Amino acid sequence: MAPAMNRRTFLKISGTTVIGGLAASAGLVSLMPKAQANDVRVTPDRVVPTFCELCFWKCGVLAYVKNDKVYKLEGNPKHPLSNGKLCPRGTGGLGALYDPDRLRRPLIRTRVGEEEKWKEVSWEEALDFTAKRLNEVKAKFGPESIALFSHGHGGAFFKTLLKAMGGTTIVAPSNDQCRGPRESGFELTYGVGVGSVENIDTPHARCIAFIGSHLGENMHNTAVQEVSAAAAHGATFITVDPRFSIIASKSKYWLPIKPGTDTALLLAWANVLIEEGRYQKEFVQNNVEGFAEFAAHVKDKTPEWAYIETGLEPSLIRETARELAKNAPAAFVHPGRHVVWYGNDTQRSRAIAIVNALLGNWGKKGGFYLPQSLNVAAYPSPALPHGAGFKPRQTFPLATSPCAYDVCDASMKQGDDAARVHAWIVYGCNVPLTLPNTARTIEAMKALDFVVAIDTMPSEVTGYADVVLPENTYLERYDDLDTTPFRVPYVAIRQPAVPSYGETKPGWWIAKSLAEKLGLGGFFPWKDARDYLATRLEKSKLSFADLERDGVIVGNAAPIYDDSPTQTFKTPSKKIEFYSKAMADAGLPPLPNYEAPEEPPPGYFRLLFGRSPVHTFSRTTNNPRLLEIVPENELWINSEMARVLGLKAGTRVMLENQDSVKTGPIKLKVTDRIRQDCVYMVHGFGREDSRLSRGYRRGASDARLVTRVKRDPVMGGTGMNVNFVTLYRWKEA
Amino acid sequence: MTRYAMTVDQKLCVTCNACVIACKNENQVPEGAARCWTVQVEKGSFPLLSLETRSERCNHCENAPCVTACPTGASHYEDGGIVVVNPDKCVGCKACIVACPYEVRYMHPEGYVDKCTFCIHRVREGLAPACVTVCPTKALKFGDLDDPRSEVHQELQTRQHKVLKPEEDTRPRLFFLT
Repeated sequence: MAPAMNRRTFLKISGTTVIGGLAASAGLVSLMPKAQANDVRVTPDRVVPTFCELCFWKCGVLAYVKNDKVYKLEGNPKHPLSNGKLCPRGTGGLGALYDPDRLRRPLIRTRVGEEEKWKEVSWEEALDFTAKRLNEVKAKFGPESIALFSHGHGGAFFKTLLKAMGGTTIVAPSNDQCRGPRESGFELTYGVGVGSVENIDTPHARCIAFIGSHLGENMHNTAVQEVSAAAAHGATFITVDPRFSIIASKSKYWLPIKPGTDTALLLAWANVLIEEGRYQKEFVQNNVEGFAEFAAHVKDKTPEWAYIETGLEPSLIRETARELAKNAPAAFVHPGRHVVWYGNDTQRSRAIAIVNALLGNWGKKGGFYLPQSLNVAAYPSPALPHGAGFKPRQTFPLATSPCAYDVCDASMKQGDDAARVHAWIVYGCNVPLTLPNTARTIEAMKALDFVVAIDTMPSEVTGYADVVLPENTYLERYDDLDTTPFRVPYVAIRQPAVPSYGETKPGWWIAKSLAEKLGLGGFFPWKDARDYLATRLEKSKLSFADLERDGVIVGNAAPIYDDSPTQTFKTPSKKIEFYSKAMADAGLPPLPNYEAPEEPPPGYFRLLFGRSPVHTFSRTTNNPRLLEIVPENELWINSEMARVLGLKAGTRVMLENQDSVKTGPIKLKVTDRIRQDCVYMVHGFGREDSRLSRGYRRGASDARLVTRVKRDPVMGGTGMNVNFVTLYRWKEA
Repeated sequence: MTRYAMTVDQKLCVTCNACVIACKNENQVPEGAARCWTVQVEKGSFPLLSLETRSERCNHCENAPCVTACPTGASHYEDGGIVVVNPDKCVGCKACIVACPYEVRYMHPEGYVDKCTFCIHRVREGLAPACVTVCPTKALKFGDLDDPRSEVHQELQTRQHKVLKPEEDTRPRLFFLT
């Protein structure tokens, strides 16, 4: 048995806490390429096409390399997701590669006297130790008691690893902290989700309604390119947001809705479309199940009814519904992406799905296209065992995967070993800032028997791990092929542009090596990533050499529209289900219902959060190139409210939520671009670990303030916009 | 004659800053300095608001006060009227920084004044500046004002546009489509 650890404390990774180690940052600052002669064009030694990992969209990039250093990144013109363009984060990928704070050697938490410390160890020792601890947990509590948190493309290899062990407890914050309710809402209605990349035909749309979706600040490259193309050809935008977002400023209509009342607006739009006979009647007649029930359901959901809930003028609700109808089927309500807001999120997504069906836009140009993907053969591998079921046990009737949030609960179930999660494998996912309620997540991590974190950077999650395994960045490693469904089918490769930094290793190697230590090497029957990729491509009659050279192979495009009057859907009725029998059978409202949000207590504002174009959550808030542009987040507050509180722009304030949790200080942005009943900040700041030499204590963390969540009764999503904050002037100690 | 110019479409620009970062990579701009940046101008009051969004840089003026002010000839007109600082001739006197009404210049740590060059090293190879190449919204366009086939020429023919501080009579080659 491994040396018993009392309860794990947060361990910083820096020169002073590492035993016999090298100072972690010494000599690394100069890794960022030095200035060349002014405006002399650098001739690269090589240009390596690969795909990005500054977020999870997977755009094709070209890495320009000189003397084994990447000195710039450009969009790959051949890659259909980038078209030669990149977002600011992708452009700033150099900062992820050359961050002086990067992890570079495997670390094991160890005890010296009374003190816990990191010990730098060899890969052999780190992998042996990890395999031993995982085997102990498996032997004692079963493989289901090991959970994998995974975010990112490399997670696939760790899913194979966990499944090979017999485990099935695989969770992703991209589900219950992000787009899960949207996928469930569309699956229940159309039989399929909208996926990532979303299958919306933005460039051809003549009218788009954005509900809380702040594209332009949320900077998914292709999505923003396409919205810009729509704007350039004069499409009408309708933006529904309590905040005058960038996309609101590009819109003909801005609907500054009262937070949490979006479903009321959607039902009123449906009411106008139906009562005024403006819906696509033939499409609905041929393709929809339960129209009569739905029409009766929204009969009294008039714009006047919605006005009371949303604060939006009835005339504006009518006008925008007519604008959508006028442009149908080349019009759509954007399905959104981060949609875990108020707990009734699957129902709101159902309402969005239904309004779209009233616009008759499924499979239509300017509506929802039918995505295609390139079929690439799997590497011949033994079948993975069927696990006994995941933990925590299913509590949400229509969930398709377990919730990350529930794994925290299950990790804290002292005395109930049958229901408890005992170990975490965390891949590329800073769980304490990803899940709501940082304090609760840390409590869960402290209760675990074992945590192994695989990452490129020290972070809140590595601070509570027993073993930290340093991974290559995306610019140093191979990964599995990408065949994201899109308007054209393609396969893209991630391949190393430069050699590995320090002792970092690729994720595939870490997963395969761990499997071998666990006696499960047979599930990774390939020699290395090149063998794995070459075999997959060869079996698919695709050229590895072409893929290495171009970064992407685009297949033959098949039709992405379906002009037949009647389409077949993957729902039980084979129709678009306005009335959902699956929901009724699960004891849930079969028609999308509106629930009024809880009001803020006096003196409190609703806390809303979103994204900066320059950052991807907490993943980038130490990136030297990106932090230089946006070094901290700000708290948006309405000008009138700031005046009443006697607070001026630029003042630093502390935030305190309804449960007395504090964060900050954060700088005030005083603006008319937000309603009076809410405040807003960008997610991912307020880092609390001093190992991050740049990102430490900049701005505030919404994750700490979201101590309350409202669970989505359909799939378990954690509605996070249900917290209220008050603010007071910060005084420097 | 070639007259290089850039257009910035305020209707498309979302101030994402991809231009700023691509420029810093391309031109090895030191930390803390920038050759281009983004600007948001908020107007009106809740809920009747408007927002101007644009990316700014050196205006490459046809009547450039920096060139007039420079005592050593370091600031000069290059091919197609691109205004460039020759670091070998620059003595770091900052006369150009004072003369420029647009505050586009900074002192490079190596002792010379630096600013946007429209990526002249790329333009000479037939490439667009790095900021134009990266721009995911295609808000930025670059080309020869005197070439009727160029996008900048066509944009200025068909779109309403403005320049910054027209009262300075600098005749900028950076145009904002409104």
